[in-house]
This record gives sequence, structure tokens and C-alpha cells, in this order.
Amino acid sequence: MAEAVGKKTFVVTRFDPDRDEVPRQQAYEIPVQADWKVLDALNFIKDEVDASLSHRWSCRMAVCGSCGMMVNGEPRLSCKDPLSDYGDTVEIAPLANFPVIRDLVIEFEGFMEKLKSVKPWIIRAKELAAEDGPVNQKPSELEEFKQFSMCINCMLCYSACPVVANEPEFIGPAAIALGHRYSLDSRDEGAAERNEIFRGEGTVFSCSYANECSEVCPKNVDPAAAVNQAKFNAVIDWMTGLVIKRGGQG
Amino acid sequence: MAEISNHDIVIVGGGAAGLRAAIAASDADPKASIALVSKVYPMRSHTVSAEGGAAAVARDDDSFEMHGFDTVKGSDFLADQDVIQYFVEQAPKELTLLEHWGCPWSRNDDGTVATRAFGGMSTKRTWYAADKVGFHMLHALFQHCLRFDNIVFYDEHFASRLLVEDGRARGVAALDIREGTTRVVLGRAVILATGGAGKIFPFTTNGNIKTGDGMALAYRAGVALKDMEFVQYHPTGLPGTGILITEATRGEGGTLLNSEGERFLTTRDYGVGTKAELGPRDMISRAIIQEVEAGRGIAGPYGEYVHLDLTHIGEKKILSRLPMVQELSKIYIGVDPVHEPIPVRPVVHYMMGGIDTDIGAATTLPGLYAAGECASVSLNGSNRLGSNSLTECLVFGAAAGLNALAHAKGSSEGSEASLKGQGEEEAARIDALRGKQKGGEKLSRIRTDLNHAMESGCGVYREQASLDEAVRTVAGLKGRYADIALDDSSTVFNTELIAALELGNMLDVAETVVNAAAWRNESRGAHSRRDQPARDDQNFLCHSLASFDPAGPRLGTKEVTLGHWEPEERKY
Repeated sequence: MAEAVGKKTFVVTRFDPDRDEVPRQQAYEIPVQADWKVLDALNFIKDEVDASLSHRWSCRMAVCGSCGMMVNGEPRLSCKDPLSDYGDTVEIAPLANFPVIRDLVIEFEGFMEKLKSVKPWIIRAKELAAEDGPVNQKPSELEEFKQFSMCINCMLCYSACPVVANEPEFIGPAAIALGHRYSLDSRDEGAAERNEIFRGEGTVFSCSYANECSEVCPKNVDPAAAVNQAKFNAVIDWMTGLVIKRGGQG
Repeated sequence: MAEISNHDIVIVGGGAAGLRAAIAASDADPKASIALVSKVYPMRSHTVSAEGGAAAVARDDDSFEMHGFDTVKGSDFLADQDVIQYFVEQAPKELTLLEHWGCPWSRNDDGTVATRAFGGMSTKRTWYAADKVGFHMLHALFQHCLRFDNIVFYDEHFASRLLVEDGRARGVAALDIREGTTRVVLGRAVILATGGAGKIFPFTTNGNIKTGDGMALAYRAGVALKDMEFVQYHPTGLPGTGILITEATRGEGGTLLNSEGERFLTTRDYGVGTKAELGPRDMISRAIIQEVEAGRGIAGPYGEYVHLDLTHIGEKKILSRLPMVQELSKIYIGVDPVHEPIPVRPVVHYMMGGIDTDIGAATTLPGLYAAGECASVSLNGSNRLGSNSLTECLVFGAAAGLNALAHAKGSSEGSEASLKGQGEEEAARIDALRGKQKGGEKLSRIRTDLNHAMESGCGVYREQASLDEAVRTVAGLKGRYADIALDDSSTVFNTELIAALELGNMLDVAETVVNAAAWRNESRGAHSRRDQPARDDQNFLCHSLASFDPAGPRLGTKEVTLGHWEPEERKY
């Protein structure tokens, strides 16, 4: 085992609706190891100090997206966030811009609805059967959408987004990136449907282009770029529709 | 009062197998009501962590016969051969469907799906999406599922008991983690797809949620667990964390080196022949342990390790085909594989054993099906080949979905009263456990002791004395578990309560592993005994079955389906 290299104090925002009216803060001073991530410290507290601390986690390899939280005021994936980046006191709080269920556990249902609303699946006029075999897709066509498919739904971008802060119903960076990802996929024929969704209220045109989402993304996805491209496509699509309509009338 | 809801099929688990089952049943009958009960949101399921790929014949130089033979040989001839034949034939179809549903498979220049080399596979048949295959498959499946309005998601619901009435599986009692209440989720067929149980070991690639829940549900309901002694150690995990470094590193040309810089798989006889680094996992894990024991390991803070060298592959290929390996190595061990070798050691990865099912994913309990890692359909025998398991989730997940639907349509609702009673009993049990003050045992201590017992009894190498010791220790831990004390009495998102229920499941699963391992007095596949180094087809060419008994598991055997490939000495 690696040796403990010292102690740190974790000031954790706690909230249990069974007993708390408002969130409270609780400090834990624990021994830490040099190679620990923030999540390791929380798991140590959970196992050795206070079993009532509630947080979500699973893969501890930055891919399941469960363990997002605020660390010293910034949205972070706690299994990826090295403890050595912080001083003797580390503040831990639930992700900003979400209702809190308990302690560090945030309400995720809103995102599930937002995600579904952008139709994040392949849409084709005629569905393919297994016998049709795989659709041909050039590496360059794959590159078109690939980075937007890397989203792990960790919600850090919602936590950083100034629009979500003021307008909680804003569909948000990850959902837009994932909808846009399918519209960019050469196998998909659903872009027009999604453009119509993106022209609706509380979607791409609510974005103030602060770019915070792309800066906090732990997987280097660029949701801000997706939002911008989706805006452009939604407008072009709408204008093309007008031209065709007018042409049809003439 | 436990709230009741009625469906046609209840699926427990939202990873690849569970989602594929839900899609198969929905496609077959869009009106069928399908409940998908999962203790996490589906995209958090552990399928997400799979890296290297999914196997299916795709190239002209390949055939079902070759994929089948590689699989049966990899299994050390303990796989059921009819299952293998069905699997290899269904595999290309399933991966094609994933392609249609948006999975971003990596491509050749001409736009066809690319395949890569994998351990124990005689040609390139592993489809991949860089090295994030499980992640992409899971998200493609989950997002595809969102289009079906007949799939009802019970997210963050912990299924704690299988409800059985009149000899048929009829649903589950599930704790709503957020509300703290127990729901009775009923169906006329139930599919278990909860994945593996790596967390019974201290050093594992598995995420925190892999606690053998479905295996334990079936086991306690009287369904036998099969071949539980076969635990796969993946050769290349990061020391300390156990994070997986995919076999695709070796598929793309990575080599394993000892402290002397020697490529030991080519210079010494470890049975892998010219396959070298692309030998099967059981053999390579044993080779690494032997290198370390011979004093050719490299010392580190988390024990001795060997080097996985990718430096000759080049940055371009690493970035395009193995970006996650680079990311994980940098973040979790401070090594950039473009410039330095990665420290690795064998790590618990996968359970070949699981809920005993037939070729159609049906268990011996009418109405109960199982698929994916929690099941043992006997595709993998005593050693699974890398990249067969993601495909297995799809092939047998689909079979489970279709067969469960057919069963549901052919059976009546039966009495709700007794099921409701069972649900209320279960709610009372959970209420009594929540914040239970009386008792002298600490949850995390029992879990740590279990982990140590499993590691010392069921490592890469095993022997009778340490196995017998592990059997006694696990039995003792079950006694201590009854005396557990808990601190958290909150009804809302009580993760200590969940951890306690999970630990109960882990102990049940662990007792089948140690008992079956102590019984199998031979070496086969991943079960390697120092005191009995040879395979013994005379006495042990059979599956083990472990059936629940309060006094400890009753062991039995089941015939292996042969007929197509004659068992032979396994040498590469």
C-alpha cells in the first residue's frame, strides 16, 4: 500500500430531507495518499468515518459519469480529479444548478427528459434489417460526429452553464450535443425533425455562448460547438423551407 | 404498503444484456409493457467500462467454424458446443444491428467496419469503436431504447428479492433508493441481467456496482449457480486501482516485458506458442505471476508488476485506436504510453460462472431468464476469450427478451395477493435493516475481510488448503453479517443500506465461488491448482452447480454438451 502523505480537511455540504431544513456543512479531517483522487477521500470517509455520507459513484475510471460534484466551487468528475491539486482544505458540494436529493446526490430526472426530447437515436425513413448488413461509413463521415458521441452524461456542463442557472428548463449543452450528434451521422435522416425541435423555445437559441460547458467537460467534448452548429443548421433549414415554399407558390 | 405495478416482462439490469432484451421484446411486440429495473441509471451500467471490442465473424478469411473452435479451445473444452454454434452464427447479425442503431464502429478506409486482433482469436474478428467499445455500445443501446414508450424505467431501484408464486417467477420487490419504499414490480416473466460480481475481490477492474445481485437473487430463489469457480484474471490492470488496460493494446502490437526488458512470452514456454501476447487471458495471467515469482517482476508501492510496452506503436496509432488507454494511464498512474511502458498486473475481471441457463437463456425456474455476465449459458466454459462477452450480452440478451415475451404471452396472471404479501415481507426486512443499531459488526470491515479471503483462496493459482480456509472464512463472515450494525437511518438515498444489501449478495455469491473451487480438483482454464496441475477429463469434464442451502451450498454437476469438437490438449 502507498503511504499516507498527510492530512486534509474536507468540508462537505450535507443535506438529508429526513432531518435537515437547509443544507449544512460538515468537516472531516482524514489521512490522504499522494495518488488519491477526490473520490478516494469521499470513499474513505464513507467507509471509516461517516457511513451516512451519500454520493453516487461506480466505475472510478471517468467513463460512467456518476460522480460529478463541485470541488472548491468548480464542477469536477471526482474520480478523475487529483487531490494533489488542492490545499489542506477541500470544499465538496453537490453539482450546482440541480435540485439536491441528498448530500451530493442531485436530481437527474430532468436531464433524462431533455435527452429524450432531442430524439437521440438513428431516424430513417425506412428501417434497416440485420440482413441489410452494416451501412458503409467513411472514416471522415465518422469524424463528423464522433467527438459529440463521447458525452458521458456527467452533468458538469449543466452545472457550469450560466443559462441553466437562470433558466432551468433550458435543454442544455449535453442534450443538444447528443441530438446534434445524430443529425451529423451519415446513417441518420432525422436532421429536419431535430432542427424543428431546436427551433423551439428553451433550446439552442437560449444559449448565450458563454462556452463554460466546453471548458469543464472532462471528456473534451465541445458542446458549445454543437450548440452553435445546431443553431446554424436550424436557421438554414428554416430558410430553405421558406424558399421552397415560396418557390412552390410561384 | 408496498405499491404494485404490473407489466408483461420485468428486466433487472440496464446494461447491454438488459437493454438488448428490452429492445428485442419491444420490436417483437410494441405493445408489451416492459419494466426495466436498475439500481443505477442505465448509462452508468458497467458495460460502459468495456474497452477493446466485440467479436463476430466479418472477414472473408474467417468462418463460424473458426470462431467456434477458438471459443471452445479458449474455454478449455468446458463450453457447451451447441451454445457456441448458436452464438457465432448470431454474432454478426447482432453487431450489425448495433451499427444500425448508431454505434460508432471504427472503419476501414473504404467505409466497411474495421476489425482487430484479440487474445485467443485466430484472425481479426473483433469489432471496435476505438477503445471505448462498451461505452459506445451502452449509449447506443440506451439511446435507442428511449424511442420505445412501452419500456418503463425504474431507475435507481434496487431489486432485493425475486417474487415467486406457484413455481413461477412473477417479478421483483425493488427498493426505490430515493424514496426508501419497496415496490412490487410484477410481470409474467423476469429477466436477470445484472452483470458480474468482481467486487467480492479486493483488486478488480469492476465498478462499485458489480456485487452479484442477480446471481444472489436467483440463487436464493433456488436456481443453481453454474461454474462459479472460474474467475477470469485479466492480465493487464493498473496496480493500485485495478483499472483495465484493454487487451486491444496487445491486439495493436503491444508487448509484455519483465524487469530485464525480456519479452517473456516469446522467450519462455508458457503454452501460448507463437500467439505470444495474443494468447488467452488465463495463460498470460499465469505467465505474469510466474515471472514475478521468479524474481523478474518490478517492485512498486502496490506489489510487483510487469511492463506493457506500446512505445513502438507510435503516437498516431495510440491516439486513433487506443486513446482511452493513454488517458487512463496518464490520469491513474502518471505514465504516457507513447513514451513509457505501462505498469500492469493480473486483476479480477470477469465471472465465467453465473445463473445456470439453457441455450435460450431460460433457467430451471419457469418464467425466469438470465443473460450477460450474471448468467452462465456456457459459452465461456472455464476461460472466456476477450471480446466474446459484449457480443454474448447482445445474442443472449435478445434471446432472453424474445423467450421471456413468449412465456409471458402463454401464462396467466395468477394471484396478486401472495405476491403482495411477499413484497410486504421484503419491505419489512429492509425497514428492519435500515439504520439497524443492534449488532457489533461494521459493514466495511466484513467487506474487507471477504475481499482478503477471496484473494488468498481464489487467486490466479489455488490449492486445497487455502481453498478450504476460504470456505471456512466466508461461512464465518456470513455469520458476522447477521450481526451487522448500520449508522444511517434516513429513508432518502440511503447508500449504506444499499451497500448492506449488496454485501449480503456478495457473501452468497462468494460462498459458491469458494465451494465450487474447493471441489474442482483439477486445473482447467482460469481455475489453476498448484496441487493438481493437470486437466482431468475423466472426473471433471462437467459443469459445477451450486444450489442454495442455509447451511452452505449443495454442489452438483451438469453434463457438458459436446459433439462437434473433440476435447484435446490445450496448447497454442
